Amino acid sequence: MAEITMLEAIRAALFEEMERDPAVVALGEDIGVYGGAFKVTEGLLAKFGRERVIDTPISETAIVGAACGMSYLGLRPVVEMQFMDFIACCFNQVTNFVAKSHYRWGAPVPMVVRGPSGGGVHGGPFHSASPEMHFVHTPGLKVVYPSTAYDAKGLLKSAIRDNNPVLFFEHKFLYRRIKQEVPAEDFTVPIGKAAVRRPGRDLTIVSYGAMVHTSLEAAAALAAEGIEAEVIDLRSLLPLDREAILGSVRKTNKLLVVHEDTRTGGIAGEIAAIVCESAFEHLDGPIARVTGLDTPVPYAPPLEQRFLPNVEKVAAAARELAKY
Amino acid sequence: MERSSNEMQANAKLTREQHLDLYYFMQLNRQLEERMVRLFRQNKIVGGLYASLGQEAVSIGTAYALEPRDWLAPMIRNIGALLVKGFKPRDIFTQHMARYTAPTQGKDGTSHFGDLKVRHVVSPISMLGDLIPVMTGVAMAGRYLGQKIVAMTWIGDGGSSTGAFHEGLNFAATQRAPFVLVLENNQWAYSTPVAQQAPLKNFADRALAYGIASHIVDGNDVMAVYAAAKSAVEQCRAGRGPVLLEAKTMRMRGHAQHDPAEYVPQAMFDYWKTQDPIARYEAYLTEHKLWDAAKKSEIDARIERELDVDQKFAEESPMPPPELAEQGVYCDGCHTVEADWRRPKQELLPPASSVEPVWKVTDFGAFVPSAPAAIAAAGRAEKPGAKPAPTPLAEPEAAPELTEEQPLRVPFGRGPKDRAFERERLEKQEKHRKPFVKHRRDKRGKH
Ligand SMILES: Cc1ncc(C[n+]2csc(CCOP(=O)(O)OP(=O)(O)O)c2C)c(N)n1
Ligand SMILES: [Mg+2]
Repeated sequence: MAEITMLEAIRAALFEEMERDPAVVALGEDIGVYGGAFKVTEGLLAKFGRERVIDTPISETAIVGAACGMSYLGLRPVVEMQFMDFIACCFNQVTNFVAKSHYRWGAPVPMVVRGPSGGGVHGGPFHSASPEMHFVHTPGLKVVYPSTAYDAKGLLKSAIRDNNPVLFFEHKFLYRRIKQEVPAEDFTVPIGKAAVRRPGRDLTIVSYGAMVHTSLEAAAALAAEGIEAEVIDLRSLLPLDREAILGSVRKTNKLLVVHEDTRTGGIAGEIAAIVCESAFEHLDGPIARVTGLDTPVPYAPPLEQRFLPNVEKVAAAARELAKY
Repeated sequence: MERSSNEMQANAKLTREQHLDLYYFMQLNRQLEERMVRLFRQNKIVGGLYASLGQEAVSIGTAYALEPRDWLAPMIRNIGALLVKGFKPRDIFTQHMARYTAPTQGKDGTSHFGDLKVRHVVSPISMLGDLIPVMTGVAMAGRYLGQKIVAMTWIGDGGSSTGAFHEGLNFAATQRAPFVLVLENNQWAYSTPVAQQAPLKNFADRALAYGIASHIVDGNDVMAVYAAAKSAVEQCRAGRGPVLLEAKTMRMRGHAQHDPAEYVPQAMFDYWKTQDPIARYEAYLTEHKLWDAAKKSEIDARIERELDVDQKFAEESPMPPPELAEQGVYCDGCHTVEADWRRPKQELLPPASSVEPVWKVTDFGAFVPSAPAAIAAAGRAEKPGAKPAPTPLAEPEAAPELTEEQPLRVPFGRGPKDRAFERERLEKQEKHRKPFVKHRRDKRGKH
């Protein structure tokens, strides 16, 4: 089994799915000859040709709209957003056309919109955003956010095979920074299932994406102080694995949610509500959260560092919580 | 780029039965909507009601040019196209009345429904313009699967101002997708006259900017609409890329039932009343001896019968059970997604699919003096040191400028008022453009 980066794992999923099923096609800006802004789709065009790997004009609305139309004829298009920030340009297609299609008139839309998201690479206010919650708030979509190479490959395969529209967030900070042994053979990771990344008894840290790694680092530091944090990686934000969260909270009785997305309206609020509804009597302390600031993601490194959660902030919040 | 009308007529040969079909569908469309107006007044239509009164020839004539394998997506005023595609009046009644027996079981209303498997109809959404990229994708997928289909949708004069219109049509153009976009210019977008959407006399002119073919047709002449649509569909099927077909027509009611349309000049309604598409087609059928009074009564009676039955069905249908609200957000295996392959899949898999991943660039994009640019350059040569003249972007043919003191005039039809308007416009334009136009002519001769 080879060690590959998360980016290579995503690419492998695309290759394998396109090889397996000619109904899978790829569309996006600069994805063909150039291989994509981050080279995720490099090599696809050479192998699968121009009919299946379509370099589009800069038209997010047209790309998502056309992919939706293609899916109505039984294709399974995979759309690349050059940066997930640009999904704002086709918000209407995604939330009104695509998401409501099956509910309104029974027309499934088996398509994937995938692309790089998140900060930490000095991308500034328009290349660093975490726009996932706009879509978690949209019934009809599925929202997936892997944190490991293995999950990225397995979840992307599940997303492509799913009969529903799936938004697949790839944290660009992780693209080439994490490596993992990933099987070359076919496997999938189910959408809607969280994973326990580190077991613990003193408190639960729920996170996703790049913040899983931050949370794990913090948990390691806390362990040295005698605090055993359980780290849960959500992997899917919609549907959310409520049982995994509740099960862990019932065990540790304390919950800290960590996400890079901005604070107000971030998924921590939803998770807090779920825990209050269903496990209130198990709580021994207030539900805590460490999140991005309620600001755009700023450009200058000191500003961006201020914006982002980090190991120190997570560990500090966990220490406070552990006192209860 | 436009096809000659002779060629179109030749392509548009219809049998007597088909001629009568066109009448049947137009009249069915109208009578169905008339009944819904009555139901609306009785409070039996749950939401809004939009009419296509006066525009029936556009929906019917265009949709009739499609084959069963082709795909369409209606807009709000294209109930006629749904009828042509095989939906029944009961589908329209029940949709508007939010009944459980409706195609969407009450989850959505109006013409917001479709059928992927049999009739090949994509449901619209309210947001104008969004169907254009979607139907572009339908056209691309059909080609990909080897189905030789054409995709068609409609857009209003107002809806053509959206970004989705531009992105969609441009993408269709770059893909040379077999896609017909019917621009239904009914002079109004809610209360806004067409001149406020874009300063263009013909919206079809936009096709030039997209590098696609276009045609303008009298939208109240169903034979002309059919011929133009047929020709557009054939052009698409032959692989020559998308067509923008502008139909000039008039919305004869308010935007929806709640709107008395007091902003429309009465004279405009009066003029267009003389152009009623059904009355004109009835005269055509009589003139060409394609029917007689007995045949007309027979068809009209059939329509009444069918509408009676379907209206009764709808009125007797129940509302959906409340728990339905919670169902169907996701496809959890309730539908199978399967493509209808009409070409060998092997062509799309390696090694057959493999290509050299490079662009073939033949045009290096060098500056080539075009006529207007050359004029600007020549202008500079004449007056050394003078400020270079800006390159004219539009032909002087462009629409009248709307300035503060100029009262807003609504161009309409071909009546006497319209001629007066046109004369006034041309005079103003001539006065305004004179030095420029002269200059152009002078220089052009020398090239
Ligand atoms: C993107 C968008 N903005 C606004 C509306 C509200 N709206 C519905 S119909 C309409 C007027 C449409 O005019 P036009 O496109 O000319 O079509 P017509 O009603 O004349 O058939 C408006 C403004 C909408 N449906 N979609
Ligand atoms: Mg209009």
